[in-house]
Amino acid sequence: MTKLNLSKIKLSLVTLALLGSVAAEASSEVNVYSARKQALIKPLLDKFESSTGITVNLITGKADALLQRLKIEGKASPADIFITVDAGRLQRAKEAGVLQPISSDVLTTNIPENLRDSDNLWFGLSQRARTIFYAKDKVDPTELTTYEDLADKKWRGKICLRSSNSIYNQSLVASMIENIGSEKTLTWATALVKNIAKPPAGGDIDQLKAVAAGVCDITISNTYYFGRLMNSDDKDDQQVVDKVGLFWPNQNDRGVHMNVSGAGLTKYAENKNNAIKLIEFMTSPESQAWYSAVNSEFPVLKSAPISKSVASWGPHKADSIALNKLGENNRAAVELMDKAGWK
Amino acid sequence: MLKQLKKINWLSGFTLSTALVLSLPIFVVISSLFSGFGPTLTHLINTVLSDYISNSILLLIGVSFGVLLIGVPAAWLTSVCDFKGKRVFSWALLLPLAVPAYIVAYTYTGLFDFAGPVQTAFRELTGLSYGEYWFFEIRSLGGAICMLTFVLYPYVYLLARAAFLEYSTNSLEVCRTLGYSRKRAFFHLSLPMARPAIIAGLTLALMETLADFGTVQYFGVNTFTTGIYRTFYGLGDATTASQLATILLSFVGFLIILERYSRRQNRYHSNSEQRPAGALIRLSFKDSCLAWVFCFTPVFLGFILPASVLLYWSFSQAEFELQEYLQLAWNSLYLALSAAAIAVAFSVLLAYAKRIKKTRLVEGSTTVASLGYALPGTIIAVGIITPLAWLDHQVIDFAERYLGLDLGLIFSGTLFALLFAYTVRFLAVSMGAVQTGLEKIKPNIDNCARSLGESNFQVITRIHFPLMRSSLLTALLIVFVDVLKELPATLILRPFNFNTLAVHAYELASDERLIDAAPASIMIVAVGLLPVIILSRSISNARKQQAS
Repeated sequence: MTKLNLSKIKLSLVTLALLGSVAAEASSEVNVYSARKQALIKPLLDKFESSTGITVNLITGKADALLQRLKIEGKASPADIFITVDAGRLQRAKEAGVLQPISSDVLTTNIPENLRDSDNLWFGLSQRARTIFYAKDKVDPTELTTYEDLADKKWRGKICLRSSNSIYNQSLVASMIENIGSEKTLTWATALVKNIAKPPAGGDIDQLKAVAAGVCDITISNTYYFGRLMNSDDKDDQQVVDKVGLFWPNQNDRGVHMNVSGAGLTKYAENKNNAIKLIEFMTSPESQAWYSAVNSEFPVLKSAPISKSVASWGPHKADSIALNKLGENNRAAVELMDKAGWK
Repeated sequence: MLKQLKKINWLSGFTLSTALVLSLPIFVVISSLFSGFGPTLTHLINTVLSDYISNSILLLIGVSFGVLLIGVPAAWLTSVCDFKGKRVFSWALLLPLAVPAYIVAYTYTGLFDFAGPVQTAFRELTGLSYGEYWFFEIRSLGGAICMLTFVLYPYVYLLARAAFLEYSTNSLEVCRTLGYSRKRAFFHLSLPMARPAIIAGLTLALMETLADFGTVQYFGVNTFTTGIYRTFYGLGDATTASQLATILLSFVGFLIILERYSRRQNRYHSNSEQRPAGALIRLSFKDSCLAWVFCFTPVFLGFILPASVLLYWSFSQAEFELQEYLQLAWNSLYLALSAAAIAVAFSVLLAYAKRIKKTRLVEGSTTVASLGYALPGTIIAVGIITPLAWLDHQVIDFAERYLGLDLGLIFSGTLFALLFAYTVRFLAVSMGAVQTGLEKIKPNIDNCARSLGESNFQVITRIHFPLMRSSLLTALLIVFVDVLKELPATLILRPFNFNTLAVHAYELASDERLIDAAPASIMIVAVGLLPVIILSRSISNARKQQAS
């Protein structure tokens, strides 16, 4: 008796879904799983919609959760594109086998080689630098040199750090592991943690505000957060910008640590052509300029114009390690930070 | 007789399968124990696990003290005492229930952090700079305890008050005529009688505390739950994350057994259904003032202050489009309403099964089904998506092979998954309320009605339903408010182009735009406020009915 009822319910659900999916296939669409927040991706997708007539469907969320969803859904997954805000997660998606390669001249021309996967499984779409910021009234920028130097005793009690839960810190440490080896990185992280002014908490903007409020002299933050404060009308934000200076570290060796936000085509994408079109669209000069104008990021396309605030930070040398290393070393980085006592 | 038996078997069979389906995600999580223990667990044990555990325990202890110290006396004051403003406080004390803990955390940080207006003004006034004065560090374990206390005490208050209303006034009179002092009567009579209800409220508050991620993460307090997330996200190890979640579950199992134990005693106490309300204790002017301050403080800290900050941010600085927000509010509203209706329907079913068929199996399976409340949302979501995707794959394969159809995801990529998740996550809350209501109706009432010729169905509709009205309403409203605030499961499981207020607020806040997150946050509070007010009205109505 119960079984009958249950199967009836299931049957009607299936019928409903059938109707739904038939209706859905008739239109031209592309489905996006995005770890980039809606506010920072939707406007671009809207532009794509209006210029091509292709409907873009979007789910935003945390990268790992979306990746898990992709994995479990397998070949039934509706997703065509997976977007993340760091190379580490793109690499993780590659390792999970949920992506497929794209052979596109547009993408290989527009995106420099070190900013995309060697097997064409993912492509960087915008860059962000994780650099050093200092209190202008307390630190002479000539005292600053490298990330490594922040572990020096002279900075005892003068550094604010974000938690090691932050993917950006994890990527930074992953890049250090690649560049100077895990042993030296562990020594560095352990000493760095001894220099902090207060237990890690809050986001990058909170660290910048802490520097401005005199809690500490130095912090490490992504550049676009500083850019956002620069572009804000709020007078408190402007005060922070007045008090805090930006410094490019490691200019005499490997350069400042860079990460990308990027995208990959899913293995079972049903709207493959539309998906490739969308990713290519994101590397067009207009889209690339948009990344810089709206979120103060660095374009991957060399010829794209950068916004005034981004230009004001001056030229810099960027670390050019292959970004998939960030993903490969991510786990080692987290373990290392646990050992170093980086909360 | 045979017919009766068959009916009961049908019921327990149905109950078991329902409970089983609702426990599926829990089993998925527990099954991680069988996939072996990897190097991640060893790493965690060697480095940070002890930190996670001690922080979680301290948090639980702190929140326990907090919610009991606020919830119980407030319930006492607003149920058996009489003072000016009492009527308003009796519902106002529930208001913090509508505010998500992480949002309270955002507002307090915005106000009291070193860069916030309070400390900045202080520095400007005194000329001191950071480090030269002491100020409460809001982003700390202590801060997290405060935030969670401010919004979770209503659980204790709500249940304790109901218990005080039920037992206190007349037993108290008897007590007083026997020469007990007020203080003695409270500690020797009212408190022990209300103890099961207080513990039930405390259990809910503690389960919420354990599941909390937003607040502790924002404050940089590493708890067991943030550890689960870190293992899942940072270390990329979903299996170990599930294993940690299983440890969390066993702890929660212990909490639930404790709660059951205290509820068992409840049966001895509740031995009469109707009683006139006794005289209230009139407070002197001085005592009234104290009571007023005592009741006003939690309302101010948990509701008035954060809501005012949000309002200020919304109207002075944030940018928002009304149209978009109405859509978000509508999504949140109907999702929360449907989830509440479903969860309560299942709770009623399971509670009845337990009443009619008291077997260990039924008891055990309903208990497992309600463990979900303490699981971090992300873990539940993965536990839900796994069996649903499996089901989808079966259906898709079937359709492809026999019908030649190419089907998309039916269960896992739709609102179905989301509603399923909410039911699993919040079943414990609605079960608690429904069961308490049902337990108050003694079996001899049923027998009585049946001997007067009422059918089983009539007993339920004509006798049980009216008696349980306020319990059902409580269950509905608490689930409603909880769904409204729920974030992690919604984030992972929602279908394309579907956002809720909580998702929107989170997205902006996690992108470090606290101020832009304010309009969505204040709307969560506003949408949640209505049921909270209905809830408190229904409780005072119940009291009036009792009195008449």
